[in-house]
Amino acid sequence: MQAFITRETLPSLPPPSTLKGPIAWMRQNLFSSVGNTIVTVVLVLAILAALIPFINWAFIKADWIGSSRDDCTSGGACWVFVYVHLKLFMVGLYPEAETWRVLLVGMILVVTLAGLMIKGVPFKKYLQLFALIAFPIIAFMLLSGGSFGLPHVETNFWGGLLLTLVIAIVGIVAAFPLGILLALGRRSSMPIVKAICVVFIEVWRGVPLITVLFMSSVMLPLFLPEGMEFDKLLRALVGITLFQSAYLAEVVRSGLQAIPKGQYEAANALGLTFWQGMYKVILPQALKIVIPGIVNSFISLFKDTSLVLIIGLFDLLATIQGAFASPKWLGYAIEGYLFAALVYWVFCFGMSRYSQRVERSLKTTN
Amino acid sequence: METATQTKPEIAISLRDVNKWYGEFDVLKNVNLDVERGQRIVICGPSGSGKSTMIRCINRLEEHQSGQIIVDGIELNNDLKNIDQIRREVGMVFQHFNLFPHLTVLENCCLAPMWVRKIPRKEAEATAMEYLERVKIPHQAKKFPGQLSGGQQQRVAIARSLCMKPRIMLFDEPTSALDPEMIKEVLDTMIELAESGMTMLCVTHEMGFAKTVADAVIFMDAGQIIEMNTPDEFFNHPQHERSKLFLSQILGH
Ligand SMILES: Nc1ncnc2c1ncn2[C@@H]1O[C@H](COP(=O)(O)OP(=O)(O)OP(=O)(O)O)[C@@H](O)[C@H]1O
Ligand SMILES: [Mg+2]
Repeated sequence: MQAFITRETLPSLPPPSTLKGPIAWMRQNLFSSVGNTIVTVVLVLAILAALIPFINWAFIKADWIGSSRDDCTSGGACWVFVYVHLKLFMVGLYPEAETWRVLLVGMILVVTLAGLMIKGVPFKKYLQLFALIAFPIIAFMLLSGGSFGLPHVETNFWGGLLLTLVIAIVGIVAAFPLGILLALGRRSSMPIVKAICVVFIEVWRGVPLITVLFMSSVMLPLFLPEGMEFDKLLRALVGITLFQSAYLAEVVRSGLQAIPKGQYEAANALGLTFWQGMYKVILPQALKIVIPGIVNSFISLFKDTSLVLIIGLFDLLATIQGAFASPKWLGYAIEGYLFAALVYWVFCFGMSRYSQRVERSLKTTN
Repeated sequence: METATQTKPEIAISLRDVNKWYGEFDVLKNVNLDVERGQRIVICGPSGSGKSTMIRCINRLEEHQSGQIIVDGIELNNDLKNIDQIRREVGMVFQHFNLFPHLTVLENCCLAPMWVRKIPRKEAEATAMEYLERVKIPHQAKKFPGQLSGGQQQRVAIARSLCMKPRIMLFDEPTSALDPEMIKEVLDTMIELAESGMTMLCVTHEMGFAKTVADAVIFMDAGQIIEMNTPDEFFNHPQHERSKLFLSQILGH
């Protein structure tokens, strides 16, 4: 008797072509019945009816380049407004001659982030150290100046996207370790530590960010000794960091709660100290669970940075609003807001996609 | 290890009048026990009798409230240094393995040696591979715990503990979360370990294991050690009514 036996498992065959491809997908999902077909057609027409005038206005009939509102003659969107003010929107009143410093910081940031995110880049560990320790110092020295022959640029002149990013990044990076410490403190068995953390978290979570900013800007100087001046931006940064850390603490705490008791016990039984166990065993697992929540709170912080307008800091949104409120450019609010929306969206969407990628890569390793 | 050369205590673990309460509930009542170095002891008893609590007091996963526990010549008290020192010398294997799911098998085994004993990575990995070899899963070293069967996970957990080169091993029902066909592979690993001279305290209801390797069987009920005897005596001539009842229940099935 003879039999044929494969020595290896055969790769599975691709599905028959009627089952895949865009046409098959549309047939299955959009045109599977008469009713479905009608709904599809109606919806497509409705979308087109709304979209075509917008595309027409925003792209086809739009004016892109010029130097004043007189260059906007086609009746569509006047992107000249954005074009003319681009420097203002990006760096605020940062001196023209010094803007290369902002560009340089931006470039270092982009290269560093790319190096951290792209797989297979060597020396990741050193890159991380650079990003967390060296970069903030370099960025501050470049942006603020006052040493190495660079003229000092007061933070009053920082504005636009530059200011938005400075606030968001500092807020995110500084709030992260603080939030973790608060979360651990809230779960501590030491009553005083626990009480301090609970009070801190609940107080900061209970007040709106506007109040925090207002207090840090108006109230704080009242408590400080006469003549002592704190940089306005610094005060806002401290307020935002503390505010954000309280939110983050609650997100992290929910992750800590999801870790089974056995993990703590195994870490203890192996002789790891509390901090070693946290660092190597508990936090990597807990933070992974709450990545969506962490990114969520970062995204909302990013958007909330626009509130600094009320204490007289001119971030991206504020500079745009300022520009279309000037008599020369009255009436171009829509272009301004659309541009602001686009910039905010690019950053928030980027964060969201990156977090999804991190989540996926963690899932496959585990 | 300085303690070994100085005193070399014959007694590895000693419990003196140990009491523990959960609120009003008296979990351990005046427990006295001496375990000699190299002794293998099996602890059995009905559910809720305090077996886990007792062995978890030995490495301070639970705190006892009165009495004295001396492990390897060091007294367990509120001195964190003592606790750290004892935990280094005492390995523990849990019912639910408690492997670290985000680390590979090899990383699970190297973590404590590298961080607690400060052994360089290369050396820690070599030792880990040695022990993984001993529990017969060296080829799974690069996998994550979630990719292994229960029996394999428990063997990794044993290897992970052994990588710290402990002088005492505690087992808390290491086979009771396993499917029947995997129990044997874990028991074989434990028998091999017992034959190598390790001091072992095992909470288990695997009476075959007790008969093969145990020097003594302890029967606990309601927070007390009711009976401590050689396996032979304990299984053939139990002294107490409660031991008899317990044996008839677990051997009856
Ligand atoms: N954290 C706790 N709080 C209150 N009571 C507890 C706690 N842990 C255990 N107990 C009680 O202490 C008693 C002894 O528990 P222990 O886990 O030591 O029993 P055991 O002999 O190991 O039982 P099993 O065979 O079910 O594992 C039980 O009655 C249990 O309900
Ligand atoms: Mg138990």
